[in-house]
Amino acid sequence: MRRVVTGFAALVVVGAGLGVWFSRPGALPDAFAAEMAAHAASAEAGAMVFHAADCASCHVAPDGAADVLAGGKAFASDFGTFYAPNISSHPVAGIGGWDLDSFARAVTLGVSPSGQHYYPAFPYAAYQHMTAADVADLFAYMQGLPASDVASLDHAVGFPFNIRRGLGLWKAAFVPGGYVADMGDDPVLKRGQYLVEGLAHCAECHTPRNAAGGLDTAQWMAGAPNPSGPGRIPGITPAALDWSAGDLVEYFTSGFTPDYDSAGGQMAAVVENLARLPRSDRAAIAAYLLALP
Amino acid sequence: MTRFLTLTLSACAALGVAASAVADGHSNLDLEGAVKSRKSVMTLVSYHTGVLGDMAKGEAPYDAEIAVAAAENLAAAASMNRVVLYPAGTEQGAIAGSRAKAEIWSDPTGYDQAATTLQVAATDMVVAAGTDLEALRGAMGAVGSTCRACHEAYRGPRN
Repeated sequence: MRRVVTGFAALVVVGAGLGVWFSRPGALPDAFAAEMAAHAASAEAGAMVFHAADCASCHVAPDGAADVLAGGKAFASDFGTFYAPNISSHPVAGIGGWDLDSFARAVTLGVSPSGQHYYPAFPYAAYQHMTAADVADLFAYMQGLPASDVASLDHAVGFPFNIRRGLGLWKAAFVPGGYVADMGDDPVLKRGQYLVEGLAHCAECHTPRNAAGGLDTAQWMAGAPNPSGPGRIPGITPAALDWSAGDLVEYFTSGFTPDYDSAGGQMAAVVENLARLPRSDRAAIAAYLLALP
Repeated sequence: MTRFLTLTLSACAALGVAASAVADGHSNLDLEGAVKSRKSVMTLVSYHTGVLGDMAKGEAPYDAEIAVAAAENLAAAASMNRVVLYPAGTEQGAIAGSRAKAEIWSDPTGYDQAATTLQVAATDMVVAAGTDLEALRGAMGAVGSTCRACHEAYRGPRN
């Protein structure tokens, strides 16, 4: 913990020296907005993006209905406790009053409509890869889900982590510019990469983090300590997990491991979502994992 | 800061020792034996689920007699009396090897319900397994979602 504090404090000092330039919140590129505007959004396609991106796993209320994104789930970390906000279609308590560009900026850049950085508990480092069409479809789907008027909770985060502007530096330092693994041009592997590194944000749990909470991309998917309690999140590289493509697809479909243990913890909800995707997508995820170094 | 941490840790350790002494005071059970036995029950559950699952997936030929036997054993394993298997003080972090979440003890009603759901799913499987492969496949879904739901709420990650 002391190492963590020291690491972050050093970052803050360096940031002050460089000026505020690097910490400024990013703007949505015009080309991305234009591409979304030109796309005929489909709520039906958005449902698939929604499941692949596991939005509900974090944003439904504890013990709440599966399609009401009222927020309130707590996520303990070394930096404090984060509470998933209300992202239901409620115009005031949720994001029902947002426009598509604001939504896209929030999801792909981690910046709120008022220009504040979001904490990386929100996996925008992964969602940055989301295509304009998928963002537009996702927005169309989510705006059709039920509204909840439950107010979002404030994160329980102390100094210096409560200085949101500092997150701009964190992003500059730790959000990878592009994809991490080299998957070449194979369309199945590319689809798997989009799903694993993008929508499904697998690395957020399966890759270890450095002292400042940034993903250690040198140990991509190698497994990590459980950020919210005892135990470890398993590694899912071929070196760490001796499963065939068929084993992986079966796990993503039924939740059963090859020896008939079952998915549990956070992964249970992930499996439920993956099971709703086309089988070809589950196969693409398996292909990507098996192609990892 | 370091001194404060050391003091806090010592205090926690002292409390921990005191707490386990209290837990021991309430139970004459061999806590390590309880954890080992729970895992044995889970081995029984996964083995018999595997016999049924391999048939459902088409990796083993459907055999009504074997399927029913597996389902009966699964139901028996699911019906073990949990009072002796889950004594207080055997949650993950409190004893080596355990992955049982503290919620098992803080939410006994919910846990009981989750365990009962498996008993029901396994009992349904006994009937389905003896009917035909299609019925077995249908009952398999219920068994699988029962495993997942309970492991989601009540089992921690690997140690």
